[in-house]
Amino acid sequence: MAHADEAAIFNKDEEKVDWHDKALWFVRQKRDKSAHNVKGWETLRNLASAIKANVMSNLDNYLIQFEENAQKNGITVHWAVDADEHNKIVHSILQQTNVKKVVKSKSMLTEECHLNPYLEAHGIEVVDTDLGERIVQLAKEPPSHIVLPAIHKTKEEVDVLFQKHLGTKPSHGDPQYLTNEARKHLRDKFLKADAAITGVNFAIANTGGIVVCTNEGNADMGAHLAKVHIACMGMEKLIPEEKHLGIFLRLLARSATGQPITTYSSHFNKPASGTEMHIIIVDNGRTEQLSREDFRASLHCIRCGACMNTCPIYRRSGGHSYKATIPGPIGSILSPGKDLTKHSDLPFASTLCGSCSDVCPVKINIHEQLYKWRQIITKNVPQPVVKKTILKMAGRVLANTKLYDFAGKSARFMLKYAPRWVVYSKLNTWGKARDLPEIKDGNFDQWYKKRQRHE
Amino acid sequence: MKVGLFIPCYINQLYPQVGIATLELLEKLGLNVDYPMGQTCCGQPLGNSGYENDSKGICSLFVENFKAYDYIVGPSGSCVYHVKKHFDILEQTEDVKRVRKNTYELCQFIHDVLGKTDLGASFPYKVGIHKSCHGLRGLRLGSCSERMDAHYSTEEDLLKNVKGLELKTLKRVDECCGFGGTFSVFEEAISVKMGNDRIRDHIDSDVEVITGADHSCLMHLEGLINRNKQPLRVMHIAEILNSSM
Repeated sequence: MAHADEAAIFNKDEEKVDWHDKALWFVRQKRDKSAHNVKGWETLRNLASAIKANVMSNLDNYLIQFEENAQKNGITVHWAVDADEHNKIVHSILQQTNVKKVVKSKSMLTEECHLNPYLEAHGIEVVDTDLGERIVQLAKEPPSHIVLPAIHKTKEEVDVLFQKHLGTKPSHGDPQYLTNEARKHLRDKFLKADAAITGVNFAIANTGGIVVCTNEGNADMGAHLAKVHIACMGMEKLIPEEKHLGIFLRLLARSATGQPITTYSSHFNKPASGTEMHIIIVDNGRTEQLSREDFRASLHCIRCGACMNTCPIYRRSGGHSYKATIPGPIGSILSPGKDLTKHSDLPFASTLCGSCSDVCPVKINIHEQLYKWRQIITKNVPQPVVKKTILKMAGRVLANTKLYDFAGKSARFMLKYAPRWVVYSKLNTWGKARDLPEIKDGNFDQWYKKRQRHE
Repeated sequence: MKVGLFIPCYINQLYPQVGIATLELLEKLGLNVDYPMGQTCCGQPLGNSGYENDSKGICSLFVENFKAYDYIVGPSGSCVYHVKKHFDILEQTEDVKRVRKNTYELCQFIHDVLGKTDLGASFPYKVGIHKSCHGLRGLRLGSCSERMDAHYSTEEDLLKNVKGLELKTLKRVDECCGFGGTFSVFEEAISVKMGNDRIRDHIDSDVEVITGADHSCLMHLEGLINRNKQPLRVMHIAEILNSSM
């Protein structure tokens, strides 16, 4: 089902749509307030964008530098060309270290690679330890937002879910109670885990270290308790130097939730004694995206989710309507690069309002890329016959003054004199919920000609 | 100064009164305005739908019609934005470059080029502005709520000088209305929901007349208002700036 159909279903429950919209708009407003408190916010965005552009154009060198430095620190570095290789590497590390239970903090990359089902199929227990991630994991759903994975669920729904899976008492969705119960449940999982998987927010080329940002400290608790730490990163996560964190950390949390900084910005530079640390650097289509000049900047993304919170369509259609690991505006420019046909509806799930590009902390020109994907999609993916025919015909009519004049007059005549049931037939999608403009006696051309005659 | 009046296709056919107000307003300001007959469209409906390549004939015709003017002025932010931004599909001849550079949205032309804000209009109503996205974030007619720039607004500057007009502040000052060209049909459910949410904000803010610099958004909002029989009127900003009530 295409985004429009999913969105129509989501919109059947208007109360829920309003709730979803307001919840995310609240986050957007928090972001606005917090960004206003930073002098030179727009300068920070410019700097971040320029640093990321530098990284993309020198990615090969930075990756090699990062690997060398990480290895010097005693970290084992792996390279995965795609999701399958990534999953196999994770599994082989777990096999070698005889691990059966894994805790995992938030990582959109492992979602992209579908790591959980892969490991579960090999008899390994994987527990997502971010509260939102755990909620969707228990509900057997994918995250609907990259920062707020369970934003589509109300606290009452979480209550029911926890009763079923964690044996909690009904609490009318008491957040304090439910969070405490989740905490107890996860504490137990942390203590029993043999390995911890984390994502990577920033990989620093000149130190070989990584930075993981969380609000719950779950990445730290996992990594510090387990004897094996596997950090999975997309190859675009690099920044050249540690000092650049001063720019990115200030932008990330403010853009994501309006906090000045994430509660934990944890630096992992080397394995603690007696433990192992692995980093898996994953391509999975990124090199290809890098080769597309018009879409290269999509790799600047630091996964803050601000474009989702600001997007009027995302807020009213929910993350699941995009049917992609990364939903919302940024996902709609990343996903077509992975599978053009499957995701061909996504660049059209936008009014091109441009709010995403203006909110983006690394200044990705998201709405311009959406426009560009549209041009590629109509050439490469079969389009609805009616849409294609009408637009191609419009191209000819509007390029010809006489045809245009004739078409304009006939259309106005039809709309003015045809009976209402003809004009508002099922074929008129516009007219389902909207009236058509009232047709005046003449058009502007006619008025102007008449005025000239009288002058 | 030779000014060519650009009346977008849908305004020509459906909202002649907006074209008339635009022309009268420019003439009131002492300009010699010419309306080149034979103009059609800017090609935006095709470009935004992914059929940019099929719109080259339309874009070329636009350039042909307007290449002789010092300024090309039209009452529609998104169409003007399309000319400025997306006519890169044509070979960049001197004519094309000049047309792209000299095409202006009406408010921007009055405010920035003529340097006028008080046009002597009066309109004794409570008014809410719909800041259309392509005008706001494309042409930068004002500061947008996402960026941390100092506040400015071309439309507000002009409306604040209209006698009797009371400008109302909305809860969401610059959210998209959900029109989006063919989006309004192919993503109908969301488009309608977005439009209704915008209208609700105006009603809750005690607005009597919604105005803006892009009539395509207003057409969408008006369609919903009329269907739902809501107590609001929709007028293009040219109609307000040209009125002497």
